[in-house]
Amino acid sequence: MGRYVVRRLLQMIPVFLGTTFLIYFMVYQLGGDPISAMFGDKAADPVFVRQMREEYHLNDPLIVQYWYYLTGLLTGDFGTSFSGIPVADELKRAFPISIRLALIAFAIEIVVGVGAGLLAGLRRGKFADSVVLVTTLIVISIPVFVLGYVVQYWLGLKWQLFPATATPGDPTWEDLILPGIVLGSLSLAFVARLTRTSIAENMRADFVRTATAKGLPRRRVVTVHLLRNSLIPVVTFLGADLGALMAGAIVTEGIFNVDGVGRLIYLAVTKHENATVVGAVAALVIVYLVMNLIVDLLYAVLDPRIRYA
Amino acid sequence: MTTNQQTKPEKTDAVPGAPLLEVDDLHVEFRTRDGVAKAINGVSYSVSAGETLAVLGESGSGKSVTAQTIMGILDMPPGVITGGEIRFHGRDMLKMDKDERRKIRGKKIAMIFQDALSALNPVYSVGFQLAEMYRVHEGMSRKDAKARAIELMDLVKIPAAKERVNDYPHQFSGGMRQRIMIAMAMALDPELIIADEPTTALDVTVQAQVMDLLAELQRERHMGLILITHDLGVVADVADKIAVMYAGRIVEHAPVDKLYSSPAHPYTEGLLASIPRLDLKGQDLYAIKGLPPNLMRIPSGCAFNPRCPYAQDICRADVPPLIEVAPARHSACHFAQQVLDKNGGS
Ligand SMILES: Nc1ncnc2c1ncn2[C@@H]1O[C@H](COP(=O)(O)OP(=O)(O)O)[C@@H](O)[C@H]1O
Ligand code: SF4
Ligand SMILES: [Mg+2]
Repeated sequence: MGRYVVRRLLQMIPVFLGTTFLIYFMVYQLGGDPISAMFGDKAADPVFVRQMREEYHLNDPLIVQYWYYLTGLLTGDFGTSFSGIPVADELKRAFPISIRLALIAFAIEIVVGVGAGLLAGLRRGKFADSVVLVTTLIVISIPVFVLGYVVQYWLGLKWQLFPATATPGDPTWEDLILPGIVLGSLSLAFVARLTRTSIAENMRADFVRTATAKGLPRRRVVTVHLLRNSLIPVVTFLGADLGALMAGAIVTEGIFNVDGVGRLIYLAVTKHENATVVGAVAALVIVYLVMNLIVDLLYAVLDPRIRYA
Repeated sequence: MTTNQQTKPEKTDAVPGAPLLEVDDLHVEFRTRDGVAKAINGVSYSVSAGETLAVLGESGSGKSVTAQTIMGILDMPPGVITGGEIRFHGRDMLKMDKDERRKIRGKKIAMIFQDALSALNPVYSVGFQLAEMYRVHEGMSRKDAKARAIELMDLVKIPAAKERVNDYPHQFSGGMRQRIMIAMAMALDPELIIADEPTTALDVTVQAQVMDLLAELQRERHMGLILITHDLGVVADVADKIAVMYAGRIVEHAPVDKLYSSPAHPYTEGLLASIPRLDLKGQDLYAIKGLPPNLMRIPSGCAFNPRCPYAQDICRADVPPLIEVAPARHSACHFAQQVLDKNGGS
């Protein structure tokens, strides 16, 4: 197990280098010229431009620029945006918000998704099952921004159950409930369907029949024997999804005005703040890789037939 | 340890010598999209304490469905019990409420499944699955239940039980896994064990060991045993009586030695002729011609008639009832007497 973890951590290095270089390349090569963008419509001051290009190594070949960037990263320096704010500070501000949002979405996903899936799986073909199937299908087919505005309008403005927009800069937990629902809804639908299929499949499994034959109460058969086994594929999905939730909140954060990583990236892209974009994406890549490793390890805990060596 | 603390009130009001379990004219069908499969069409058999009943028949003849109905683990739907009674100590279990039924399962009647690898839960240690019996049925503490689990593993002769109690099912060999299944069935000292092809999934070399273990425990504890098999060779030494099933019906029922020496039903005769025998080494094995019937379209009259070398017109018209053809011998064949006479059984 220990060796497996070490090997996986080592494997992350080339993946990390590859993805960050790709981002770096795309942002700096394909994006517009950041310095002239700072001046907008006004003519640029040539002295200032030369000075900026020196300071940000913009005259060096891309690979050299990337090298500077990478060595900076290793010492915890994510670079500085053109507006002079250290990118690390921006990340430190935005990440906790996005993490909080992702956790809320995640919790809703697990509780409602697994619950609905369990109900549907146990009553396959019955009314409750049809309700779950139709509802999840609707959720899956509606684009996120439509769902976002619908939820914001009805739950936030009309019925005023929760705040419709987040407090700028530092949203409270309550502020994040509606965006959490919207962010988690798509995965929730997948979790519900995955759980349903898995439950329905395992319900006829021999070991469930054995559990009944042992004279265990039905509740114990379902929770201890049926659910535990059925959740193995669901947990895999959930783990991979937690990373995606953090990265995938751009639209949701935009609608609800949440100052998280999604909005940070969106604003940085529009302002050509290359260091911010690359830094935020690099951090997300790390989150994603670590989440994947945790899922794989969790998988081995849930299913003892899997052994990592 | 409190091994013998269990009380069995049912035993006191049981008639001495009366059967432990009686299946009486049981009917089960499966209603599926493709049609209605009549899986069980009037099965009756009984087992007493200390007695072993072997249930024999080709695959699909309804042996497992009968067992599942007794245990109350039939898939319903699509299964529907359309008639009959299953009496345990004289009381019809099909009329009991869910809770009463559950208290019999595992505790009074236990079941051993064919494929221990799929019948044991892959994500829990064998110790957990054994201990669960004591924790749920007797409210024992985790620690005590674990100790009992180790005792059980010792009972079924699993080497180094203490070290292996935390291992998972996939870490055991097939034979050892089936021993775990046996241990689980023995946990609460049941009165009746139903073993559904307990050795079919095993290597030939370990089949005999597992069967011996089961027979030994049954004798020691004076349990009733229903031993389901499609292999006549397996049951010869351990069974007291045999019920032969065909298309959801019992076609012959007899003490084991009688059935071997002089079958009273053409189907049994065919089954016996298809066992490899040492004295006929080198000869081609006999095989009953044709296939078992489709349960959605069972032939009229005797279900065996399309495959039967004795079949006459009456066989296609009338269902032969199971009647006593000699003391303690029953056969469901219009020509049972002839078959029996031919085989020197009367
Ligand atoms: N859950 C089920 N759904 C539909 N048909 C079933 C089910 N279980 C058993 N059957 C049918 O009942 C018949 C008898 O099966 P079974 O009792 O398992 O035979 P065996 O004698 O081999 O144990 C088979 O034809 C089988 O297809
Ligand atoms: S009743 Fe007829 S068909 Fe059926 S077993 Fe007897 S002889 Fe054969
Ligand atoms: Mg079977």
